[in-house]
Amino acid sequence: MADEALFLLLHSEMVAGLYRAAEQGEGENGRCTTKLESMGFRVGQGLIERFTKDTARFKDELDIMKFICKDFWTTVFKKQIDNLRTNHQGIYVLQDNKFRLLTQMSAGKQYLEHAPKYLAFTCGLIRGGLSNLGIKSIVTAEVSSMPACKFQVMIQKI
Amino acid sequence: MAVCIAVIAKENYPLYIRSVPTENELKFHYTVHTSLDVVDEKISAMGKALVDQRELYLGLLYPTEDYKVYGYVTNSKVKFVMVVDSSNTALRDNEIRSMFRKLHNSYTDIMCNPFYNPGDRIHSRAFDTMVNSMMMQVC
Repeated sequence: MADEALFLLLHSEMVAGLYRAAEQGEGENGRCTTKLESMGFRVGQGLIERFTKDTARFKDELDIMKFICKDFWTTVFKKQIDNLRTNHQGIYVLQDNKFRLLTQMSAGKQYLEHAPKYLAFTCGLIRGGLSNLGIKSIVTAEVSSMPACKFQVMIQKI
Repeated sequence: MAVCIAVIAKENYPLYIRSVPTENELKFHYTVHTSLDVVDEKISAMGKALVDQRELYLGLLYPTEDYKVYGYVTNSKVKFVMVVDSSNTALRDNEIRSMFRKLHNSYTDIMCNPFYNPGDRIHSRAFDTMVNSMMMQVC
């Protein structure tokens, strides 16, 4: 349906627009990724509030991560996370073999160096969602071969 | 019809407190503050099965001689506390639940407002209107 394409196109335009503005201005390129991530953070906070409105209380951290992998990912990207790994000590790796924001770009190694820009927003999304549920974390992403990508979540114990 | 409604952030500071007979406001603030302890107790009662662990609605927190206090915790650890007049016995559990549902829906709408920073006090007029509709009419 057209509504899937809407978010993909808006997101690509967001990334392109931010980098265009950075080129014209004086700012360094590193700030664009931070801006994208903080945008994703705020969106993630609001989204999580809406999605967890009707779900039951979460038992523990693993429960929350499973919710993110299944319900949250399905609602935003229309599919689930393909693989969740953890070392049970606060590190989770979410693997998506066909990340929707990257499928339109390439199916191998082409454009690999541009991929991180398109993952920043989603990293922020995960971090914002977790923070609203009471978990402080650091989320990073890596791509070895499009369109598969891995999100690594490191829980910060205060 | 509630007498006082409070929204408390996960760090336990108030985001929104409104009470109807405005001269005794401090007493209601104190009541809400002490009810936070009871809320924490109920949430952390793991394995005791006193409260259904999967539900967001906590039920009656504690009754005083004039008032009854009800609680509700969202998944993002934001607490809603409602103080109801004891003399108003017509209020059933279902009505209280539906009032908390409305509160939760309005709070979700506020979160999605781009002009609202999570953690700030709530100044939304739509939220005020909704809370007014739930408070007792004092003439």
